[in-house]
Parts: sequence; C-alpha cells; structure tokens
Amino acid sequence: MIFSLLVYGAPHSHQAAESAYRFAVSALNQGHGIHRIFFYGDGVHNGSALASPPQDECDLPARWQALAEQHELDLVVCIAAAVRRGVLDANEALRYEKPAHNLRAGFELSGLGQLAEAAIQSDRLITFGA
Amino acid sequence: MTLHTLNRPPSDRALLTDCLAALLADDTLLLLEDGVYCALESLSLPTGVRCVALAADVEARGIGSRLPAGIEVVDDAGFVELCCRNDRVLSWF
Amino acid sequence: MSKSKSFLIISRRPPYGSSHARDALDTALTTAVFEQPVAILFQGDGVYQLLSGQEPGGVRQKNLSATLSALPMYDIDRLYVCARAMAQRGLDQNDLVLPVEVLDDAGIAGLIRNHDVVMNF
Repeated sequence: MIFSLLVYGAPHSHQAAESAYRFAVSALNQGHGIHRIFFYGDGVHNGSALASPPQDECDLPARWQALAEQHELDLVVCIAAAVRRGVLDANEALRYEKPAHNLRAGFELSGLGQLAEAAIQSDRLITFGA
Repeated sequence: MTLHTLNRPPSDRALLTDCLAALLADDTLLLLEDGVYCALESLSLPTGVRCVALAADVEARGIGSRLPAGIEVVDDAGFVELCCRNDRVLSWF
Repeated sequence: MSKSKSFLIISRRPPYGSSHARDALDTALTTAVFEQPVAILFQGDGVYQLLSGQEPGGVRQKNLSATLSALPMYDIDRLYVCARAMAQRGLDQNDLVLPVEVLDDAGIAGLIRNHDVVMNF
C-alpha cells in the first residue's frame, strides 16, 4: 500500500507531527511505501534546521531528516505556508532578500499541487491535524 | 468503509458530535492524542461501528485501566493496518 | 495525470481567526486545477465562512467570502452545508453569499462514503 501523510501541526506545539512520525515508521516497518509527506499550516516548522529542543526531548525535524535519508522519503513543505512563517530555503531567502535561510536538509519547498498530486497518486492520504 | 480518526478531547463537543454523526455501519473510529479521553465517555456509536484507541496515547495519559469494555486498544502497527483495511481515512481535529 | 479521484473538503473552522479556512479553500482550488472533482462541505463554525457582509479589511485579511462566491467559476459547484450547523446558528440560505445544498446527518455520512479522498480542515 502507498501512503501519503499530511502534517498540520508544528513540533512541540501539538502532538500531531509526532503521531505522523510514528505512523510513518510503522508503515515503513510493515513494508508499505510512502509517496510523500506534506507539511502544511504550522506543520512547516517541522522543516526548520534551527529547532533546538533540549537534549532529553524529541528533536522531530532531525528525526524526519534521518528517516528521509534512510528511506529516500519525499518531505515537502508547503512553500506558501512556509515563507509566511519564516521557513525559507536559499532560493526564497534570495528572492525575499532575507539575511538567512533555515530549511533543513532532506526537506524541499514546493506548492500545494504536491499535496493534490500525493492524494491522487497514493492509496491513502492520512491527515495529522492540529 | 471509512476509518475516522479523532484527536481532540470530548470537551470539543461540536467536533465529537459531528464525527459521531458521520459514522456508518462498518466504519471504525480511532481515538488518538487527546482524543483518547473520548473513550472515557459513554459514546453512542451506531451499530456496527468499532471504536479503538491508540495504545501509546492511552498509556501516556494513564487511562488504560479506565477504558470501558467496548474500546479496543491498538498499537501503531494496528493503526496502519486499519488504514489499509478501510477505503479512506478521515481525520477529525 | 492518469488517475482521477473524487475529493471532499470539509471546512469546519470560522474565517479569519486561524488559517484553517483559507487553507481548506486553497486546497480545494488547487485540487480543482488538477482537474479532479471537488466538493466542499461547510460544517460547524465553518458555515460562518459563507455569511454575507464580511469586511475583513480592519483585521488586514483578504475577504474569504469573496473567493468562496467565485468557486463555481473554478468548477467547484458542489457546495454543501450541514443542516444542524445552520439551525444551531439560526442561519438560512438567505444569510449566505452563494447558494448551497443543505445536508442532514445521513446526507453527510453518505457524502463521505461517495468520495475517494476526504480532507478535514
């Protein structure tokens, strides 16, 4: 079965992102495929390279990155939601003339069309809402 | 068949009401995150609807021994399996 | 795109207080661009999105109801509202910015079963 996940919550603010991560791990362990994980709304903060939780707490952005590297996952952060909230890649930082960019390696910024495409191409779309 | 997931506590009465009203026979309701507290209420489920709660969230909140008899507990793998068995997954939040 | 799926967007939040209503609308519009059939159900406080007379300039936001009233132009013409939500709020069709179909609980449950992808916002 091919899944795509829609993650709507920021790490730490809401449990949704952590639930999505556990689901992804469990699905992969069962041999299912994950077509895409799409981060929307406050979920864009999952793609921050600058999140610095205390060492005894879960560093979800880092775990997403590691999972993506291990399984070649497509982690897409909604570009419109991200730039509004200050999650930028190098291109967007240049475009908006910002002094820095903070999109974590393993994530990419792209449009909402990637969510629609994921829903069309996958057997199931699972939303982790906040 | 639809898998409905609900992640808000029962104090979000409007959400719970709309979710319960949308259930049809053979659907499954999966409670997760703060939604597991809904299991502590006597939910009026339509006949033929299965209600399950996610194990990690039940354990985290210390409510395992308080769950009524009709509520099954499933682990993360069980959640994935439910997604496969149903035709669509609708998240209420 | 080879595959086609029917989409139902359930929009449950009121306008302006959070980004949910705008995100639901943007998702519906984007999905329609992919030439997929899209229906929208307004439920709970989401029915307030359709209320006429919105003037969000003072809160520095774009008028959501103006975009909603243009939905049929984007081939999104299956618009539904929850009968219970309307009744609880004392609203009827005359209060809304465009015509919508009113569904009772059984109608909503059937609507969900008739769509491949159902997304809640």
